[in-house]
Amino acid sequence: MSLFSFFTRGRSAPVARDRLQLLLAHERALGGRSGSGDLLAVLQQEILAVIARHMPIDRDKVIVRLDRGDGVSTLEIDVEMPDRAPARN
Amino acid sequence: MSRVMVVTSGKGGVGKTTTSASLGAALAQMGQTVVVVDFDVGLRNLDLVMGAERRVVFDLVNVVQGDAKLAQALIRDKRIDSLSLLPASQTRDKEALTEPGVERVIDELRERFDWIICDSPAGIEKGAALAMRFADLAVVVTNPEVSSVRDSDRIIGLLDSKTRRAEAGERLEKHLLLTRYDGARAAGGEMMKVEDVVEILAIPLLGIVGESRDVLTASNLGCPVPLHNPASAAAKAYVEAARRLMGESVPITVPGERRGLMSRLFGRRAAA
Repeated sequence: MSLFSFFTRGRSAPVARDRLQLLLAHERALGGRSGSGDLLAVLQQEILAVIARHMPIDRDKVIVRLDRGDGVSTLEIDVEMPDRAPARN
Repeated sequence: MSRVMVVTSGKGGVGKTTTSASLGAALAQMGQTVVVVDFDVGLRNLDLVMGAERRVVFDLVNVVQGDAKLAQALIRDKRIDSLSLLPASQTRDKEALTEPGVERVIDELRERFDWIICDSPAGIEKGAALAMRFADLAVVVTNPEVSSVRDSDRIIGLLDSKTRRAEAGERLEKHLLLTRYDGARAAGGEMMKVEDVVEILAIPLLGIVGESRDVLTASNLGCPVPLHNPASAAAKAYVEAARRLMGESVPITVPGERRGLMSRLFGRRAAA
């Protein structure tokens, strides 16, 4: 470890470059370079609209989340279904 | 034909205002008529950097809202006749700028000036969106540092989607201006190299302004960098960037290195 840090000491620029390349590749893929924030908001709205067509749902009960991993990224859509009873009766 | 150029970055403190004033002064010295417009409503600073803070009477918001005529708000630079400033207001009302209002002012400026340089506020909110909205070309100011590069990437995305030109399917020239670059630290692997940033952002390089004492001194004195000390490396970098904007082909020198970037790029390409 000390040998490793001896050689890498002061050479943080390649790390910065690699981190940026990885991150920006993700952000561009998701948002057409305009960032993932917009895409997630759009996804959330459209998913909400589709579900709302078929059942009453609470706007706050649809959660769209993105997790970025080294190898795999996941898009998680969490919809809490409404209680059946009040909807039917 | 006049050109509307936005100077933007996303991140604050990277040198947008310094760059707006310096490119404006350099273009004006080349005989162009130039107006530099401060879009940072509520936090105006271009007037201070250009040494005109005591001459502000009316501002961009007054003109947009029709309370003052454009001619009343424009401040002519005392050093260069063809350089003018349109200051931002110090009002805290961010809603003061409207898209139709800004469009009208820009159209009016187009009739009077060769270059309309829009100094964008930091961030991606309304002020930044309006500063880039009517641009024909953009200068993206970036420091060789992770958060600045990431924010620049985001801004490039907005330039490609939220400008009038982008929406009309027209080309919007984008140029990278790397500022606060330290060639020695880059050579030591402590700072991302020019090539790294250019490769990541993938837009053409307009110039490199090295980390320099002259930049702070110039702003202390309220003088654009090229006018304060024309012999300084920073002044030369801005003047050369302005010449490139005028279509001249000027080799880019990397601060702290003897060989030009182009010769190094071509040298490497030839070797590969």
